[in-house]
Amino acid sequence: MSGVRVLVGTRKGAFILTSDGKREKWEVSAPHFAGWEMYHLKGSPADPNRIYASQSSSWFGQIIQRSDDGGKTWHQPGTPPGEPTTTPDGTPKAESNKFVYDTSPETGKPLTTHQWYDGTPHPWEFKRVWHLEPSLSDPDTVYAGIEDAALFRSTDGGQTWKELSGLRGHGSGPAWQPGAGGMCLHTILLDPSNSNRIFIAISSAGAFRTDDGGKTWQPINRGLHSQYIPNPTAEVGHCVHRIAMHRSRPGVLFMQKHWDVMRTDDAGESWREISGNLPTDFGFAIDVHAHEPDTIYVVPIKSDSEHFPPDGKLRVYRSRTGGNEWEALTKGLPQSDCYVNVLRDAMAVDSLDRCGVYFGTTGGQVYASADAGDSWAPIVRDLPTVVSVEVQTLS
Amino acid sequence: MMIRITLPPHLRKLAHVDAEVKLDVEGQLTQRSVLDALEARYPMLRGTIRDHVTQQRRAFVRFFACGEDVSHESPDAPLPDAITTGAEPFMIVGAIAGG
Repeated sequence: MSGVRVLVGTRKGAFILTSDGKREKWEVSAPHFAGWEMYHLKGSPADPNRIYASQSSSWFGQIIQRSDDGGKTWHQPGTPPGEPTTTPDGTPKAESNKFVYDTSPETGKPLTTHQWYDGTPHPWEFKRVWHLEPSLSDPDTVYAGIEDAALFRSTDGGQTWKELSGLRGHGSGPAWQPGAGGMCLHTILLDPSNSNRIFIAISSAGAFRTDDGGKTWQPINRGLHSQYIPNPTAEVGHCVHRIAMHRSRPGVLFMQKHWDVMRTDDAGESWREISGNLPTDFGFAIDVHAHEPDTIYVVPIKSDSEHFPPDGKLRVYRSRTGGNEWEALTKGLPQSDCYVNVLRDAMAVDSLDRCGVYFGTTGGQVYASADAGDSWAPIVRDLPTVVSVEVQTLS
Repeated sequence: MMIRITLPPHLRKLAHVDAEVKLDVEGQLTQRSVLDALEARYPMLRGTIRDHVTQQRRAFVRFFACGEDVSHESPDAPLPDAITTGAEPFMIVGAIAGG
């Protein structure tokens, strides 16, 4: 029997919601890592029982957690439960929270600073893992998007991490600047048709692509227009909030930018605006229907200073035409006095026969639609601020 | 010498301990030798109290010994005898900075 597992990261812990294929009744597991900021949890497409989680706090830094049983139990990958805490030669394990920027003379030495908010040089400082993206084929390989912006990879199930420093090594690295939420690498899209191709996005440097497995990268921001930067069409410096892809058509990407909803049909070589009739084209989250590559979802937010829905009405907008023509989806969503936000990693879809769509809010609700957005219901409504939502479709 | 260390609740949970930690530490007792011993016994705490590479104390973590804040002392300064004998715990405290 099919089912769904929803992984919810919040400001004060992680929650796992499960349901059968009807998606009517939900069980909510007790908070995992209570009191910690859980920026992201994501399951391996190659092994649904393998889930990675980013646990962090301003006090105690970054922890990576892993479950091998679908979220029932967790451990730090360097120290599996019940095993000795040291290797036979006495070396402590538990390096799984060690993210160290590449400072090697060959590849890392020039990467000393980025720009601070005031334009002055600022050293790269590791702050946290925003996003974890497990490999499509190997449960032990997982990518991590970092603040300050960098991409790391583990090939041993999260025990050790190594930076793919060619990204920061792109000549523009010293010119990158943080957005209001920090200089985070928040989006990692793995091309299912080409294992050497990865797309990433950084606030507020923009989008980048590698075609050689992460050694070299190129900015893919042509066509973006950002009025809030000195050169609105600059090669880098755009505040990309989120990018989404349908796995059947990996050259087509949809982007929610700081302002503007955008689309590319050539893997980022050029973008065009598809905001169309949206009431506002500011927002954070964007996703694609599991079975219809031209059906996309956004949650319009009033503005960059007013992070809540226009008119106090929480509305998901759906386009069935790949953009430009949008319809408001309101059934089951609050249509008055609603002033929550939906953050960039807080929307996901399942791949059941009628595609399920899910999103979480800063007010602690997780809404779900089992009919591709036609109607919605809260599947849990009083969590801490929701930072991320991921969905696993279980067979 | 057997010393006592108190951890904030989040770190106790990470280390899977319920109360104070007791550790046998050899040689001169300093912040560095205490933390080295703590991290060797509980490697899951590496990086949570001080930086992996620079070994600098994390900004929102403080150290107390016999009621005194020793956070800004040299990591190699000797700790008081009462810590050495286990009469008093070496306290690792999360700074109070809101929810």
